[in-house]
Amino acid sequence: MDPPSRFLHSVPTRFDSPDRLRFHHFSFPQLPLPRHDSSSAAASAVSPSSFSYSTAATSPTASPGRVSRGSFSRFSFASSLPGVGMDSMAAATSSSVPASGLTTVSVVNMPPPPGLSEKASGVGVQKSSKPLKEKTTKAERRALQDAQRAASKAEGGKAPLVSSGSVASANVKAAKPAKPSSQENDVAVAAAGPSEKDRKKDAPHPRMQYDDESRVVKAKRRAVVKQTEAKNRVELFRHLPQYEHGTQLPDLETKFSLLDPMYPAVYKVGLQYLSGDISGGNARCIAMLQAFQEVVKDYSTPPEKTLNRDLTAKISSYVSFLIECRPLSVSMGNAIRFVKNRIAQLPITLFESEAKAALQSDIQRFISEKIVAADKAIVRHAVTKIRYGDVLLTYGSPSAVEMVLLQAHELRKKFRVLVVDSLPKLEGQLLLRRLIKRGIDCTYTHINAISYITHEVTKVFLGASSVLSNGTVYSRVGTACVAMVASAFRVPVLVCCEAYKFHEREQLDSICSNELGDPNVISKVHGRGDINYLDGLTNNANLQFLNLMYDATPSDYISMIITDYGMVPPTSVPVIVREYQKEHLLV
Amino acid sequence: MADKTQTPDAISAYYQTRAAHHGVITSDWLAQAQAAVEQPDSSVFHDLGTEKPFNVIDEFNGWRKQPDLAEAVAAIRAMAAVIRASEATTMMELEIELKKASDTLKSWDKTSISLTAGCDLFIRYVTRTSALEYEDFNSAKSRLLERAEKFGEISCKARKIIAMLSQDFIFDGCTILVHGLSRVVLEVLKTAAQNNKLFRVLCTEGRPDGTGVLLSNELTKLDIPVKLLLDSAVAYSMDEVDMVFVGADGVVESGGIINMMGTYQIALVAHSMNKPVYVAAESYKFARLYPLDQKDMAPALRPIEFGVKIPAKVEVERSARDYTPPQYLTLLFTDLGVLSPSVVSDELIQLYL
Repeated sequence: MDPPSRFLHSVPTRFDSPDRLRFHHFSFPQLPLPRHDSSSAAASAVSPSSFSYSTAATSPTASPGRVSRGSFSRFSFASSLPGVGMDSMAAATSSSVPASGLTTVSVVNMPPPPGLSEKASGVGVQKSSKPLKEKTTKAERRALQDAQRAASKAEGGKAPLVSSGSVASANVKAAKPAKPSSQENDVAVAAAGPSEKDRKKDAPHPRMQYDDESRVVKAKRRAVVKQTEAKNRVELFRHLPQYEHGTQLPDLETKFSLLDPMYPAVYKVGLQYLSGDISGGNARCIAMLQAFQEVVKDYSTPPEKTLNRDLTAKISSYVSFLIECRPLSVSMGNAIRFVKNRIAQLPITLFESEAKAALQSDIQRFISEKIVAADKAIVRHAVTKIRYGDVLLTYGSPSAVEMVLLQAHELRKKFRVLVVDSLPKLEGQLLLRRLIKRGIDCTYTHINAISYITHEVTKVFLGASSVLSNGTVYSRVGTACVAMVASAFRVPVLVCCEAYKFHEREQLDSICSNELGDPNVISKVHGRGDINYLDGLTNNANLQFLNLMYDATPSDYISMIITDYGMVPPTSVPVIVREYQKEHLLV
Repeated sequence: MADKTQTPDAISAYYQTRAAHHGVITSDWLAQAQAAVEQPDSSVFHDLGTEKPFNVIDEFNGWRKQPDLAEAVAAIRAMAAVIRASEATTMMELEIELKKASDTLKSWDKTSISLTAGCDLFIRYVTRTSALEYEDFNSAKSRLLERAEKFGEISCKARKIIAMLSQDFIFDGCTILVHGLSRVVLEVLKTAAQNNKLFRVLCTEGRPDGTGVLLSNELTKLDIPVKLLLDSAVAYSMDEVDMVFVGADGVVESGGIINMMGTYQIALVAHSMNKPVYVAAESYKFARLYPLDQKDMAPALRPIEFGVKIPAKVEVERSARDYTPPQYLTLLFTDLGVLSPSVVSDELIQLYL
């Protein structure tokens, strides 16, 4: 099935329509206009990369930014892409639209002719604004390309190109050799920079494997958030990204002024993820959706573009930013897929204001139906399972389970709760506080004691970040442990999870897909400064720290899954995924 | 199901009726009969609170008493009677009335799963029909009535379909262990005999209902060799058994079944000895319940006779049914086909979504 990459911008998948329309969603001005300049910059989602690029750009090449229409085209594009020259040549023949370097460089040095600034935004323009082109001979152009290539090689990976994936995407699979006109548009579009070609080809996969050197390098060039990779990494988990913590925040803060295209609300959410202020599938998803609502509210379609594609591209770019702050959770991924789906389904005939209003209300409905109402339904089902005198065990701080416990307490059921917690996050303490405030009888312990206490437990309630198609529950690390011990004691394990978090992928272990947290936090014991035996050993070659965030619990240990569709056995997850998708198609 | 106002001594009406079907005389029944004789006019249902001259519960009980009628069919026939007697003029009104009737029926006998399932099914059908707004009221009403009638036929046909599906699983020379007296299983065995298959049946005594004896009576009429076992002799005889056949009072969402007390035990023994356990159940018995353990269902108690007097201080486990988790079941024969236990949830989701 067409997966996750869908919600990651780049969109290569969209390139079916053979004509110029393809390029429409690269609303990026692609002309690296200097910041202080304009209007167009502000208006459209200019990819930050273009900015940084423009400052760095030198200008061996002069004007022939625009390729002359029709005549030769393809070759002009390759241009400044370092090392990708070959590729671009090849690609050009096969398709793509590179655009790029030519325009960028040239534009920087001359005050952009008015036509150009318009063009900046106008990808989809088609022939509406005639770009200024100079006719050059083939030889000249070749020379130009070589010069540019050399130049860009020189500047190399200087500025991280923030490409909002869209640019990349735009170019990426451009697929068929464009007609000349489209190429011309492409040229205008280009802008980005050396790695344009790369971007085109390597739309970062949402679950990109980070052990591939070249891809990592390319991803870095695209990145907004400059992250330094951690040095001392566990071999088994090299395919997951791991960065030095603590370096990103200050960096990001200073970058804010540069990241004009980044909408402030999205930026804020990204920062909150990075610092750990917002955590938990539902909270992250809601924060992101609310940020998107604001984006839509303040959005205005740039001239000559369609709302559908432009907005989708924008959303994609914001999503790449959020991924760099913290890898997406499944809940967020599904929500993004929903949003893009809704945008794509907006009828073209709607006025912009109507479309925006429709979109905002759709997002609002998603939040209220799929998250808030779903939680209420889950609570309603789950409280029927709590009996008089029950001893309920819960792990970590799942929002759904908390609601269930509070509601059961409201209904005056007599039960007590055992909160199991684990370092380094100690999320259980938050849950504990909230429960105690309401007067629920609680016991608190750490996960190393579960085999000791489970004999007195009657039911286990767990939360989930996601439930996969084979019934595996993907949740906070430690959940699998709790479930297995409970199962060994024949205690029923109930997982509370909203249906929008279900995913059609299947996972057999906790290794192939996971998230790595900050390794430094596990070298210290929270609250005990005197226990610091591992101080200074973080860079020791013989010692690697591994701080996993998630784990996968096999379906054999789960007794039932409580969702807003009711109580189902773990074997029925594919059915729910199927029904859920059907609903979306009909909606 | 959370325990609500069920008094610990409440006798499950469902199991009472079944006992009546089987012609089992219990002291309780005798006491009731005695009381009825002395006060011929007292209504047993005086405390139900339904004031209407038309009483859906009476109707239901009337239908239920027929030994050959499935519980759910009786429920639906009662609902059909509600429609006929109703004075509603719009679909909404009718729906509301039906909902009320269904709630009354369900609360009257909380232990009967088929009853609940049957009511839910019918309400579901009504809601779907009433969504068709363009029909005029009377034709919609008659359509509902028609559907209710058809349901009875469907139920009978269901048994035949199940019998047909299970023929492939009964081979010549096999030994089948049967527990409880399910009309569906009886149909299966009847059909097999009619198809000239050679097999023999071991039936458990089925205390306290004495289902074993009843079943053996029926099977002897069909010329099928029968052997009676004590309930405790099941593990002893499991070696010579090729498959276990049981019916179900209800099939729950996890794919497990709720059936007469003793089914769980037999399924456990069969599973540990690698013998397949087949369940024959009509699709209207699928219920949206999900018991986590034996005590997670509404208690259904029945009187148990020991033949001798028991000292007052001694407690008796009087539950009439148990829950068999899906991992001990091999296949379910239903009118929807031969299903594995995990498919039940799929069907339920499709039905009730």
